[in-house]
Amino acid sequence: MSPPLIQFDNVFKTFGANAVLNGADLSIYKGQVTTIIGKSGTGKSVLLKHIIGLMEPDKGRILFNGKALTDMKKPDRRALKRKFSYMFQNTALFDSMTVFDNVALPLRENTAYPEGEIQRRVRDKMHQLDLTGIDEKYPSQLSGGMKKRVALARALVTEPEIVLFDEPTTGLDPIRKNAVHSMIADYQQRFGFTGIVVSHEIPDVFFISQRIAMLDSGRILFEGTPEEIQNITDPIIQQFIKGQQNVRDDLTGLPSHHQGIKRFKEEMTRLQRHQITFSLVLLTINNIENINEIAGHSAVPTLLKDFAAQVRKSIYITDTCFRYGMNKIMVVLPDTNQTQAEKFCDKLSRKLKESTVFDIQPVPGVCFSVSAGYAEARKDSHLDDVIRTAESSSNVFHEIKVC
Amino acid sequence: MVKNWYPEAYWAGAIFKRSDKQPNNRRIRDKCEQMTTPIDFTQKQLQTLGRLAIDPTRHLGRIALFFLQGFFLIFTLPVQVSKIVQQVYFIGMKSISIICLTGAFTGMVLGIQGYYTLSQFGSEGLLGAAVALSLIREMGPVLAAIMVIARAGSAMAAEIGIMRISEEIDALETMDINSIRFLISPRIAGALISFPLLTALFDVVGIFGGYLTGSLLLGISPGIYFGKVESSVVMADVNGGFVKSFVFAVVVTTICCFRGYFTHLGTEGFGAKGVSLSTTSAVVTSCVLILVADYIITSFLL
Repeated sequence: MSPPLIQFDNVFKTFGANAVLNGADLSIYKGQVTTIIGKSGTGKSVLLKHIIGLMEPDKGRILFNGKALTDMKKPDRRALKRKFSYMFQNTALFDSMTVFDNVALPLRENTAYPEGEIQRRVRDKMHQLDLTGIDEKYPSQLSGGMKKRVALARALVTEPEIVLFDEPTTGLDPIRKNAVHSMIADYQQRFGFTGIVVSHEIPDVFFISQRIAMLDSGRILFEGTPEEIQNITDPIIQQFIKGQQNVRDDLTGLPSHHQGIKRFKEEMTRLQRHQITFSLVLLTINNIENINEIAGHSAVPTLLKDFAAQVRKSIYITDTCFRYGMNKIMVVLPDTNQTQAEKFCDKLSRKLKESTVFDIQPVPGVCFSVSAGYAEARKDSHLDDVIRTAESSSNVFHEIKVC
Repeated sequence: MVKNWYPEAYWAGAIFKRSDKQPNNRRIRDKCEQMTTPIDFTQKQLQTLGRLAIDPTRHLGRIALFFLQGFFLIFTLPVQVSKIVQQVYFIGMKSISIICLTGAFTGMVLGIQGYYTLSQFGSEGLLGAAVALSLIREMGPVLAAIMVIARAGSAMAAEIGIMRISEEIDALETMDINSIRFLISPRIAGALISFPLLTALFDVVGIFGGYLTGSLLLGISPGIYFGKVESSVVMADVNGGFVKSFVFAVVVTTICCFRGYFTHLGTEGFGAKGVSLSTTSAVVTSCVLILVADYIITSFLL
């Protein structure tokens, strides 16, 4: 693995008698989204503020590309700082400026773009975030969720290389929350920025992050991929993750990812004991980039929500479906072999095409296509293996298009 | 949060901290042990004494640095013309009515009081000189400054204080925008432009106020009144008044912005309470400092 972009080396920070960071070690890699989770008040925001230099460690070092910030010369430090953007937990918008001026501020102060170009960029970003018609309003006239999105627009308008999100989705409704997540993932893919997210949204942030770090009593308790953290046996981590997860995914109303894994394990036990086969169908909305571009980031969550409702209607009572990823729904079909699963996909695709059965209203001018992949579980095969089989091109059965 | 420039215990620590390493030489060690007792005994008093001297000095130094930073950042390119104009509008333009009002009444009261005093010596004719000189040399700059503190200084401290507690200043820093240049420099520039103009306005309105009471009410001939005004005031008086108004502009903006900018370092109150405390202290401190500075400048100018 390449050397980390940002590295915390045994960082200590104390406020009065309260030791917030207690020897934190953390590595953040270029081009990845790293999510920092942890209980409230364990110093996640403090950690973030150390990265951007709003706070300085009492002890220990923070290295950028192997170089400590304190060892850098002033021009280097400024150049580094320009690569950052920070989205504050409480938005920190300028109350006495209009929304438009707020978003335009970093461009006006730090770039030499002509006013027209600034306006174009700002409107572009605001359109992508569904922030139209509020240019002349002031932050105090907006709802909490809108303020969050304005703050997000301000953080992203400079197209930074490293973006720090301090609880970007707290206080948003499920659709907006998913829109923000999909936006982070989308921009991350498009611009390749390095994202550091502080969040409580488990498991939603697992869908968008490549790495998870858990902070507990001032130390990094765990650092690794989302899969690793879900399989880890450490009781503190397990308890925390399970405690944070809802039984149902709040966007789709389907059982959550965690429940899906549990169900898979149950079925696996039945397969091993009683030789009752079961299969999985994985439904993936394919063209999200396309939809995002045309209809904005809240279109995909809306589509997914409607789609999930339809899928739930069309499955048998013994079948169960789960939200498996950002744009993925997994259906577990007990007592079904591969051929039957194939038939299920077939039936589903036929139903999807009859628009009378499926009253999904796609966004005008946008087709959304769903690929359905199926796989039969084998004894002692792991969930990841089954998913991989379902996603492999030989098993993707249908590309369902709804326009 | 801005790094505390001089951590609290720094000075005391530097002076009184004994080395952790004990000297090996036995004689020296004994001597050290003998010495520790009286030091311990007087340490508290010494620390208090030291702090009494060091704290205000350090504070003054901090304020001076803050002003210098703000002042020199006015001239960094691109000059923030629109922000400076905004501040001139806010500090200067919007203060005109209150300056006219207070100027008129000050002049009127000077007219009456001056007439009363001068008539005891039978020299009412000098009223114009008395009113004009006391306004231009003294009352104009001081009263104009105090009115501006009440109007704009308190607003500056509160506005910047609120920006501080709602993390807006931190947000500026994360965007790599120099918050002192962005917030403080336009205010200093605006004040440096507005204060002399407001003072001049105050003087002129005051002189006409003196005319109102002296001539129209108490019957001194307008010709004598204005003649005396013209003959008694020399350019040195006017210049002295302007020097004062420049100094007051610096004092007022620096104190008010400083208080607001470092609201979060206050120890007595946080959040809204902190802002209210820093606004109060900004107004009180700058009023007091204006009068102190006025005395010092006058004694140098005379």
